[in-house]
Amino acid sequence: MQRRVVYSSRLLPLLFVAPQVAICLIFFYWPAAQAVKQSLYLEDPFGGISDFVGFENFQTLFSQREYLDSFVRSMIYGTLVSVIALSVALLLAVATMRVARTSGRIYQTLILWPYAVAPAIAGVMWMYVFHPSIGILGKQMVLNGWGWNYILKGDQAFGLMVFAAAWKQISYNFIFFLAGLQAIPKSLIEAAAIDGAGPFKRFRDIVFPLLSPTGFFLLIVNIVYAFFETFGVIHAVTRGGPAKSTEILVYKVYHDGVVGLDIGGSAAQSVVLMVLVIGLTIVQFKYVERKVHY
Amino acid sequence: MVENRRWLTVLAHAVLWLGVLIIIFPVLVTLMASTQSTQQIMVGAISLIPGSEAGHNYWTALTQGATGTSNNAAWKMMLNSGVVAMLIACGKIILSLLAAYAIIFFALPLRMLWFWLIFLTLMLPVEVRILPTYKVISDLALLDTYTGLSLPLIASATGTLLFRQFFMTLPNELVEAAKIDGAGPFRFFKDVVIPLSKTNIAALFVIQFIYGWNQYLWPLLITTKGEMETIVIGIRKMMADNDSITDWGVVMATTMLAMIPPVLVVIFMQRWFVKGLVDNEK
Repeated sequence: MQRRVVYSSRLLPLLFVAPQVAICLIFFYWPAAQAVKQSLYLEDPFGGISDFVGFENFQTLFSQREYLDSFVRSMIYGTLVSVIALSVALLLAVATMRVARTSGRIYQTLILWPYAVAPAIAGVMWMYVFHPSIGILGKQMVLNGWGWNYILKGDQAFGLMVFAAAWKQISYNFIFFLAGLQAIPKSLIEAAAIDGAGPFKRFRDIVFPLLSPTGFFLLIVNIVYAFFETFGVIHAVTRGGPAKSTEILVYKVYHDGVVGLDIGGSAAQSVVLMVLVIGLTIVQFKYVERKVHY
Repeated sequence: MVENRRWLTVLAHAVLWLGVLIIIFPVLVTLMASTQSTQQIMVGAISLIPGSEAGHNYWTALTQGATGTSNNAAWKMMLNSGVVAMLIACGKIILSLLAAYAIIFFALPLRMLWFWLIFLTLMLPVEVRILPTYKVISDLALLDTYTGLSLPLIASATGTLLFRQFFMTLPNELVEAAKIDGAGPFRFFKDVVIPLSKTNIAALFVIQFIYGWNQYLWPLLITTKGEMETIVIGIRKMMADNDSITDWGVVMATTMLAMIPPVLVVIFMQRWFVKGLVDNEK
């Protein structure tokens, strides 16, 4: 990454890079190191006296039924949100390409704007739709005798959270799939058509494999989104309830730390999340660089 | 497309109509609800027919806020969100431009160390270091300040990466020519690098403005005073724990107000934003 021609000053570039490095150290590395340290100590929230306990906080964590449940719940949540958001986006992107010449631009604008909507607001808007007493569909579902009430029923609340989170992520995936589709050379598709491949065969044998790097990249982004950024959806609508049925890991770490003031336990949860993010990021860079196609 | 299959085109339109309907539906509901009175909503449920309370709801939302657990005027919260989003977007752009410039155009000592140090912050989102970061901010006495809301978020690995990649594509002849003409590092930065980076700057601005406006966990943690709340967290606080005393009409109007600025930014800067997003993350 070195260029041939450079300015020779040594102090100046250090001054240029300093503000960003300072922020990284003060607000990222120092707190992250503190989290790792606290996860190895048992801390009294009031006195601040702490004892080194090694991995005890982690042992406690993984022996708690609640934590393991939250872990499994997050995995299911992440998988459902990603699969729904990716498949709907892919379908819409393929359909947009089909009509690109006549009305592609209009559809593109109509589909991409939710990118600007905050996850919390996406959650709140779907709440207005499905609220059992004021929701436009929710109330009807109650009147129909379907027993709809996400405020009291855990599985319904979980479903609503998956739906709201996936809705918000469609636009992002759509933008990338559309760009990926546009990058596929027309000549390839035409050649296949001349050889007699119909639209579905062309999609399966040419378009889909060529899109797989984009798809893989998006899969990781979607999992990270579902694990971390959907905090707003959950906090704004269900607060992890009812009966912890929507408490995913990132909500639990917030709740135990900020509301429950369990410093060691919350720090241990932070470290587990850190390991997850680091793992996902490494996978992303390893495979995206190498390009996943067959 | 290659061959003309009418039914496939019809199918594509049908799929897109359905998709667009699902995407627009919740916003349409919110928009309609924001024109109805709270009583009307409580008695019946939200209706898709516009009501007559739009003026009242939006005026109350903007000037007073809903009478829930927190009653903040929306104009104040929008101002807070706007200031924070602008500080974050501009801060990220300036810091990433400077860092990438130092990394690419200078014999920067320990170049790789700094680069990786910035780059690896990608792996440390706020969520994995909530309490310790909160402690740093409170030790620096930055709770309830614009600085506290924005400063920890203005380091940008993606921004630095984007500019670094762009700077590497600039031809060496350009730097040579500038040097021969006697342009020092400041002059070269101001008169050559910045003008050439305009498109990238615009793209990054859209993405980071939205990132800043839509922050949730961070403002939730570090604002304790109502007057420092951003609009996205303000909405949640307007809903009383007991749904029956929430001032729904005003809450819905505030929801619309919270969405309008970032959505307008995306729609009007669509071209740059799409390009920036796709180039940035791949």
